[in-house]
Amino acid sequence: MFLGIDYNTWWFLVFGAIITGYAILDGFDLGAGALHLFLKKEQSRRIAMNAIGPVWDGNEVWLVIGGGALFAGFPVAYAAVFSAFYLPAFIFLIGLIWRAVAIEFRSKEPGLRWRFAWDFIYSFACIVVTLSLGLMLGNVALGLPLNAQQEFTGNMLTFFNPFSILVAVTTLALFMMHGAIFLAMKTENRLYTKLTILAKNFTVFFIVTFALTTLYTLLYVPHMSDRIRSNPAYFIFPLIMFLAIANIPRLLKKSRYRSAFISSSITIACLLIAVAIEVFPNLLYASNNPAYSITIQNAASSVKTMKILLMIALIGTPLVLIYTGFVFWTFKGKVKLDETSY
Amino acid sequence: MSTEILARIQFAFTIAFHYIYPPLSIGLGLILVIMEGLYLKTKREVYKTMTRFWIKIFALIFGLGVATGIIMEFEFGTNWAVYSKYVGDVFGSALAAEGIFAFAIESGFLGILIFGWNRVSSTVHFISTIMVFFGSLFSAVWIVVANSWQQTPAGFHIVGKGLDARAEITDFWAMVFNPSSMQRLTHVWIGAFLAGAFLVLSVNAYYILKNRHLEIAKPAFKIALAVATFFSIAQLIAGSVSAEGVSKNQPAKLAAMEGHFDSNAVAPMYLFGWVDENKQRTSGVNIPGGLSFLVHKDFSKPVEGLNAIKPEDRPTQVNAIFQFYHIMIIIGVASIFLTLYACWLWKKGKLFDKRWLMIVFVWGVLLPQIANQCGWFTAEMGRQPWVVYGLLRTSDALSAAVKANEILTSLIMFTLVYATLFVLFLFIMNRKIKKGPELYEADDEETDHFGIRENPMVT
Repeated sequence: MFLGIDYNTWWFLVFGAIITGYAILDGFDLGAGALHLFLKKEQSRRIAMNAIGPVWDGNEVWLVIGGGALFAGFPVAYAAVFSAFYLPAFIFLIGLIWRAVAIEFRSKEPGLRWRFAWDFIYSFACIVVTLSLGLMLGNVALGLPLNAQQEFTGNMLTFFNPFSILVAVTTLALFMMHGAIFLAMKTENRLYTKLTILAKNFTVFFIVTFALTTLYTLLYVPHMSDRIRSNPAYFIFPLIMFLAIANIPRLLKKSRYRSAFISSSITIACLLIAVAIEVFPNLLYASNNPAYSITIQNAASSVKTMKILLMIALIGTPLVLIYTGFVFWTFKGKVKLDETSY
Repeated sequence: MSTEILARIQFAFTIAFHYIYPPLSIGLGLILVIMEGLYLKTKREVYKTMTRFWIKIFALIFGLGVATGIIMEFEFGTNWAVYSKYVGDVFGSALAAEGIFAFAIESGFLGILIFGWNRVSSTVHFISTIMVFFGSLFSAVWIVVANSWQQTPAGFHIVGKGLDARAEITDFWAMVFNPSSMQRLTHVWIGAFLAGAFLVLSVNAYYILKNRHLEIAKPAFKIALAVATFFSIAQLIAGSVSAEGVSKNQPAKLAAMEGHFDSNAVAPMYLFGWVDENKQRTSGVNIPGGLSFLVHKDFSKPVEGLNAIKPEDRPTQVNAIFQFYHIMIIIGVASIFLTLYACWLWKKGKLFDKRWLMIVFVWGVLLPQIANQCGWFTAEMGRQPWVVYGLLRTSDALSAAVKANEILTSLIMFTLVYATLFVLFLFIMNRKIKKGPELYEADDEETDHFGIRENPMVT
């Protein structure tokens, strides 16, 4: 117990916070990448890439930390989840590879054909990464068939259920909206105007897919809404989320992009908090037999390790936040290309 | 092929490919700190130009390191689920610490290192360079600690039985400072410094051969030569300390490294040779009693051989381990002679006169790369059949839910992707090197290349 909450729950919260941080930070990188081909001019694409240039690598670190946090705190879940999501996980990782090298390689040759090829790979990789993230999230929410040893018993097709596909598309819409707002914040003149239009369209796209997902959840996935329905206090998170979503079109109309960006970040956070509330205390729900579910109790490492991990998190997190803040502050303002740019 | 072999091939392939890049980042990080430090101290343009040139190369290498590294973190879970459960407490903690204490520093400050030249003061930029270097050093700390714990487990106890057994930490610092971690870390660090130094030597030797960028190539070559010489010699010491550690902690591995079978015999140390595993005989050029001396400080005492170890607990592929180990040593010794000879010429003022020496240095970039790979193959194959030495067998560590064809599919996917990446990497490196360092105009904050005006406020 630490501050009245047991260590397993603490680590669930820490892990959730890291994943939320990852979704907010890499979310705008991935979204910016996913909409990359909507920008037609070479210079616009360059500016868009340089908007995320100095920060995307630092943002991806949150995924690395998340992987380590799951591995260390809930090794059983780490083992089960990644061997279950074998191919989606590898497609996700290979997508990340291409995203990284596309950003790095694109600018190294001046030829337009070279650059166009990398633009395509970059955007495609970002879309694949986002969709596979959404697909995995959808399946975690829905649950997977597990046996008594908590091993996955389904096959590849298990992942492609309507709910998870819907979540994947919603994630793509969410990140594209988030990314467009971020890019609008970082650009000027005609590119800015173009991005404001894109941001508005993606917001509509997101609201539609989100409404469908919510409806589907309420109708067909009762275990993903029963806790919030039975505890009115938790309604605060969906409520904040709805207000934040509703706020985005209003802020976009007023061209207050920083506030809109904060709103879309809050949307992502509340969405994941709502998922976490429903999932808790499971890490992976066994859809065939709830008794086989992987929980924060049966998947956890020892209390001693949890204590060490919390110590590491308490020391490490402020440091990470300080220098992440410093880097964002250094590159604040509109993108300005110079000879160091991509 | 069996699931186990496929999973092992996949791991070996992805980690070996990954390991081309991080040592280069660590080594180049050190060189960048030296170059930029010299620039700040002397304010001479040559140091600035070389720093900025190598930052660009560093960015490319770092990018590939990140892209291929992230795979590794998740591959434990995908292919080695039983292993992940078994070591999660220990290995996972080290990995989490790596993420938050090392990788986050590296990636955070990388943005400033690459893009911040005109944005921050030269001191802040220099601090960022140092932070990126430190981040890469810390990364190596946690990764080597995690791997060393697999070699020489410490600070834990086993809970549960059979396939449910897992190692739990009892003493975090005993886990971190397990018997082999510090000596192996030193060995790995120095290997990385050499990888970076030899890359810088190679590129600048190429410029000197082509008679290009001489005003930058010559001083850069000298900086890298100083680093390479110092660490080649240091590696001799670090390497033998590490070998001594292996003799204490993992006698089976040491016996395989030297192809030593008979426990009652005085053990020679081979310069090179061949192991016939069926006949249990090793032939080649050797120092009689050399291994006995390493282990016992006595040329005539017998050393425990592979025969003393139960057949199912012995490493297989003894000849491969022997060869990897000896290639590493031959390269290590060759590096010492090569760098010392170059230093001697430097002292006589004739460093750049011998064309053949420059040609050797152009290809010399491969030396530490091959040695680093061989060293890891020795360490990891020598640990077999264990994935955690003496505790968990590699054959027991697999994911039950994953089938051989899935691993084969992902293996083919990785082979294609990595082959493409490698070709592109060489292509772009080649272009960058051929283009060479650029002289930058004096920084002008008002310059805008695309008619974009700076607006410091986000609106």
